[in-house]
Amino acid sequence: MIELREDRLVFRFPEVHADAKCRIEFQRTLRIPDDRRHYPLPPGLGRFPLNHVDDYADTVPAAWNEHGGVFLPMYQSEALWLNFSGTYPMAVKVAAGKINAVTGQGWTNALSDRPQDYLVVPDQRWLDGFCVKKGSIRQFVAMPLGEGYTAEEQLTHAAEHGGLQIVVFPMQAEQYEEILREKERRMEEETPIGVSEKMEVYEGAAPTLGLAPGGLMFQEIYEDPYGFEAWDTSARSRCFVHLLNSLQFLTVTGGAPPNMPPTAEEYTNAGLPWFEYYAGDREALHGAKQLADLDSVNTTLRKKGKGGLAGNQSVLPKPVKKFGNTRVRTSDL
Amino acid sequence: MTFGNHARTAREKRRSRNRAFSVRQVARRIGVEPAYLSKIERDQVAPPSEATIRRLAEELDEDPDVLLAMAGKVSSDLREIILRRPRLFADVLRQLKEMPDHAILRVVREVRDGNW
Repeated sequence: MIELREDRLVFRFPEVHADAKCRIEFQRTLRIPDDRRHYPLPPGLGRFPLNHVDDYADTVPAAWNEHGGVFLPMYQSEALWLNFSGTYPMAVKVAAGKINAVTGQGWTNALSDRPQDYLVVPDQRWLDGFCVKKGSIRQFVAMPLGEGYTAEEQLTHAAEHGGLQIVVFPMQAEQYEEILREKERRMEEETPIGVSEKMEVYEGAAPTLGLAPGGLMFQEIYEDPYGFEAWDTSARSRCFVHLLNSLQFLTVTGGAPPNMPPTAEEYTNAGLPWFEYYAGDREALHGAKQLADLDSVNTTLRKKGKGGLAGNQSVLPKPVKKFGNTRVRTSDL
Repeated sequence: MTFGNHARTAREKRRSRNRAFSVRQVARRIGVEPAYLSKIERDQVAPPSEATIRRLAEELDEDPDVLLAMAGKVSSDLREIILRRPRLFADVLRQLKEMPDHAILRVVREVRDGNW
């Protein structure tokens, strides 16, 4: 079951284990420059507000009522990252416009290990974009659906879905109990747990947005350390997260959207920190060729003959804070 | 079980697997003095503010509503909900009070999954 609590999706599987719970929130962030350079992790600028589609059935686009789920308001000038928390291991599949963010393949409800098409939470604390190669992602940035920028349109030549799709599978209860016993046996080892500490940035008028590949960022997507058999594939919960252009948010909900986030340049010039994370000796996935071959928003704009992306000046992130498991990546301006 | 006892048990359970859950480190992360957290855990002082309880719940992966209830408090958002329609919610709560958990869970609002 999935509940919406304080702008977080809470996935619970009480039928599997009393501890089987994980939370997913969507952090606002600035758009990193789309300039072929790799950037460190931008900050979290607070959670996007989440709303039930059903509460605004008369004002949301008609297709959303069929999809169900939730929606969040997003400026075209900003980006998003997913923040995962919880202690019970879960396999989480994430797609944008029904394109898997790890493999670049089309959506399926089932879990697959060939290739691994999921993240393992809480080992993976966040996801900032499409996994284009080992240790490198292209940031999730909002673009209007139907103009050819999104991963979905580049790979399927259709602007059908948009948004984000998530399905969560819990670990088998017996395996979890065994992990608990093992941890207790290894009391002397230090295995700090933590959450994430990050920063966030960009604008059109189409109501429905999709996620397009933005600038490059250092981020590893980890291999499953437990093995495919660890997951209870008979239990799953899934959610469609629609992206509503913030300019339409007032029309749909009657409420004001959040303020516009700063640009990467404004943020950096203010001397605010970026982040680096080291996960020690974990193995990272190699990324997907389909995703590596996608055109970034800036490249697509140039191919369309529209010049470059406005506000896309390169920045020199400074300071860059290094942090491990005990620090949090969210920071409010 | 008291609030302090519960908080201490939850922290020590995590401490048994992870040294980052010492009194000192947890206190630092939730923004209180270690001595104060230690007194809270031993019920030598009254439970802390709602904001501190929420940070503690987040840190220990505990349900904030449960910790608040153990501290004799009701979450401010719940209070606001009840005060907006006091008669209705008082009625609902009284009717639900004897229902088993699984039956109550059926009335918890879930995010609807449709066709996609």
